[in-house]
Amino acid sequence: MDVIGIISQLVFFLIAALTLAAGLATVLLRNVFHAGLALVGTFFGVAALYLMLEAEFLAVVQILIYIGAIAVLILFAIMLTRSLMKNEDSNINKQWAWVATVIVILFVGLFILILQVPWQHSGTAVYTDLVPHLGTALLTTYLLPFEIVSVLLLAALIGAFIIARE
Amino acid sequence: MLLVEQFTLLIPLFPLLAFAIIVLFTRNNNRLSSWVALIGIIAALAVSLGVFFEALAEGPELAQNPFYSAPIVWYPFGTATLNFGWLVDPIGSVMLFMVPTVCLMIFIYSTSYMKHSHVDEHGHHVSEDDPRYARFFAYISLFAAAMLLLVISSNLLQFFIAWEIMGFCSYALIGFWSFRGLKEHHIDDAQVGRARAAGIKAFLTTRVGDVLLMTGIIFLFITVGNLDFTQMFNPEGLNNMLLGEPPIGALQWPTLIALLIFGGTIGKSAQFPLHVWLPDAMEGPTPVSALIHAATMVSAGIFLVIRMFPLFVFDAQSGGFSMQVVAVVGAFTAIFAATMGLAQSDIKRVLAFSTISQLGYMLAALGIGAFVAGSFHLITHAFFKALLFLAAGAVLHATGTNDMFKMGGLWRKMPITFITFMIGALSLMGIFPFAGFWSKDEILLESLREGWFHGGAVALAQFVYILLAIAAFLTALYTGRQIFLTFFGKPRDEHAYEHAHESPASMWVPLAILATFTTFLGLWNAPFISAFFHFVGEGGLVGLAQPFEHAPFDDLANISVYVSLAIALSGFLTAYFIYGFRPVAAGQADPLARLGIIWRVLANKYWLDELYGYKINLDGTAQPGLLLRFVGALSRASYWFDRNIVDGLVNLAGWIGRMLARVNGWIDRNIVDGLVNTTGSVTGEIAGWWRLMQTGNVQNYALLAAAGAMAFAILFLLRSFT
Amino acid sequence: MITTIPLVYYLTISAALFCLGLFGALARRNAIAVLMGIELMLNAVNINLVAFWRYGSPDPIGDQSGIVFALFVITLAAAEAAVGLALVIAIYRSRDTVNVEEIDLLKW
Repeated sequence: MDVIGIISQLVFFLIAALTLAAGLATVLLRNVFHAGLALVGTFFGVAALYLMLEAEFLAVVQILIYIGAIAVLILFAIMLTRSLMKNEDSNINKQWAWVATVIVILFVGLFILILQVPWQHSGTAVYTDLVPHLGTALLTTYLLPFEIVSVLLLAALIGAFIIARE
Repeated sequence: MLLVEQFTLLIPLFPLLAFAIIVLFTRNNNRLSSWVALIGIIAALAVSLGVFFEALAEGPELAQNPFYSAPIVWYPFGTATLNFGWLVDPIGSVMLFMVPTVCLMIFIYSTSYMKHSHVDEHGHHVSEDDPRYARFFAYISLFAAAMLLLVISSNLLQFFIAWEIMGFCSYALIGFWSFRGLKEHHIDDAQVGRARAAGIKAFLTTRVGDVLLMTGIIFLFITVGNLDFTQMFNPEGLNNMLLGEPPIGALQWPTLIALLIFGGTIGKSAQFPLHVWLPDAMEGPTPVSALIHAATMVSAGIFLVIRMFPLFVFDAQSGGFSMQVVAVVGAFTAIFAATMGLAQSDIKRVLAFSTISQLGYMLAALGIGAFVAGSFHLITHAFFKALLFLAAGAVLHATGTNDMFKMGGLWRKMPITFITFMIGALSLMGIFPFAGFWSKDEILLESLREGWFHGGAVALAQFVYILLAIAAFLTALYTGRQIFLTFFGKPRDEHAYEHAHESPASMWVPLAILATFTTFLGLWNAPFISAFFHFVGEGGLVGLAQPFEHAPFDDLANISVYVSLAIALSGFLTAYFIYGFRPVAAGQADPLARLGIIWRVLANKYWLDELYGYKINLDGTAQPGLLLRFVGALSRASYWFDRNIVDGLVNLAGWIGRMLARVNGWIDRNIVDGLVNTTGSVTGEIAGWWRLMQTGNVQNYALLAAAGAMAFAILFLLRSFT
Repeated sequence: MITTIPLVYYLTISAALFCLGLFGALARRNAIAVLMGIELMLNAVNINLVAFWRYGSPDPIGDQSGIVFALFVITLAAAEAAVGLALVIAIYRSRDTVNVEEIDLLKW
């Protein structure tokens, strides 16, 4: 293991720790607004992981869409409804213990599964520009899903508008 | 050319219209109502006479070429159509002359007769209209309409309808005084009771005949396929009747149908054994007796035989015996009724039996084939019997009683009535030169000729001749008795005699007119003129092409005339010796009562009312005869059987059903319902617990879903790793 | 770089993030927080997709289906967020709450 490997592992663990910490904060923070901010942190961590995986385009999209659009949207929604949640005793509901049990089991199961499976690494290095290939794939192989998902997005926007309208 | 014949249908329409107007509009105005009725019948008479003279102008050819049209489609069947219309053949045209003429006379007479005089509290004689004066004219107008419709009917069903309307009118008019208002002094309760019972009796008795007639019409329609008089008697149709299976044993279809139709005649024309209603029908007002029960309705029965004569002839030709039945029934009734007429004290009842007897004459004549003689007697009888009834009505109107033993010596008080009655009576007896002489002698001559002098002896005609000759003697006897008791001798009831007076002009003028007809009508068919025969007989009949044979005016005819006259005169003389030579005194019994048991048999009308009729007593009560009582007992027994046994079974079945149902119900309520309810409540209970699972919290559901999915995933993983 | 960090690391991160997201979706009271949990889960899935593309695919350049799927998931996440937040706001308007426990229309 060379230096770059050690550094990259260190960077990875840092990012992973940050991401998981932000995620933990997202689900545990009592103040929803703070939780929303933590969510932004999580998104950043995930974007960093994409960069680690050499998916730069996706990382940019993650930041643009998730942080620029979704997270802001969520923060606006929180601000619109915040007054209600002020006097809450807890931001966690009554079944949280059950949920915790389930997710612990789930995590343990998944972890065992992940360790058990003999993963095959293709191990090819990628140092070229991926975006042109991605664009070609979207407008050729994935043209139909691409169009359908855009229609879906449009429908979702109209639906959201109609539902939220006064 | 405009022919009056085309207006034939109007003839019955005028009186019908009068009936409608009286019933609907003028019923509260007596004078106006009587005028409406008179105008109706005068209009009918005018058209009738037009048709009659037109028919006379046509002559005998009319028989095969009658005035006929059936434009009114009444009921189309599959193959046949019932058309209403008119049919006027020679005998029909003569009826058209007779019926409205007699009707008019009686209508005029009724305008006075339906008034009653009584003494009011101040001792004055007051004359008042009958309380149901307008109704009376409505009824007789309806009756006249029906009778005229019957005469012009082109169709047996149309004929039957008219026949039944007359039956109703007869019923309504016999029972005309069957109830009594507070101010009605002219009738008493006994009379009311008698009228009520008599109306019902007449209606029900004739009903027996009508049912037979209707059955006959139905059979006729089935076998011949047509009821139109002009088409009914075509040879094909008649022969068809013979082809079918004989209905009852050896009785062939034509005989059966002819006899069934003759059943209608027996009822309507009061022939034995259904004659019992006619004497009691005298409870109706006298004009009714004259019109319905002497001149027209009862002769409709004869007219039915005349119309159906081709059927009887065909039956005779094909070996049936229906004509013999007609002859025997007629001849027997003629003598049978005459004997009963001998023993009556009611002036109208004598005439009623006389009517029955004379109708028997006509049927006997028709039965031996003397068609023209029978028809002619029908016409003359209508006139002189109407005359007799009206004159008798005048007598009882004047004296206030119809018991001949309370009369006597009335000729001085009522000369016109007496003379006209005498004319009618002489005609009835068959004394030269009155109408009855010609027609009755004709019948006797025909039967005499048929019986002995027409190529060998015919037992039937001999039988008819002998019975009719005896009946002629009896007729003269009871008529003479009536004359002597009523008009001669000393008054037996001073009060009635004092009360008596000559009738007003509106009553005696019709009498005079009828007496004129009675006197001269016979000449129409006198042997040396024979115009009636020429007209009615020479062309045959509708449906019977062969003309009737005209007997020559030979020695036999001469002898027959003398024999008839001798019989009539001997009868009259016998009456004179019994009743005229030594007049019956007040309170004295009838001299003929010395006959003992025979007298009692006759006076009680052979106890036929007690046997199968309906005995109506003078006091207004009535008892059913033995047959009726037997039927009544049978009905009651059936009723009892039905109530107690049939109903009992039904009720038992019902009770068992109810019990079963109750058990069923218990099972259903407690076991079936119990199961159902248990299922339901158990489900409900379980659901009650289970629904608590539904928290409505989406996160709850999602947790369970996640846990479930996880459990499955673990399960699969464990399986794949082991 | 690719050789120094095994696939298992990414998968473990993803699994952890997914479990956190699931906890948030199932245990949070606030409807918006629930939505945030769902976003976390979607991100976890995306990490998986990209990691498998990077490590598993024999031709990562020619066949970028992992990236494409991740893009679609992001798009769907955007749509879902828009609709979900609209719903939350609509419910807030009509029922004056965003507490999921109080929104129990499905209750018996």
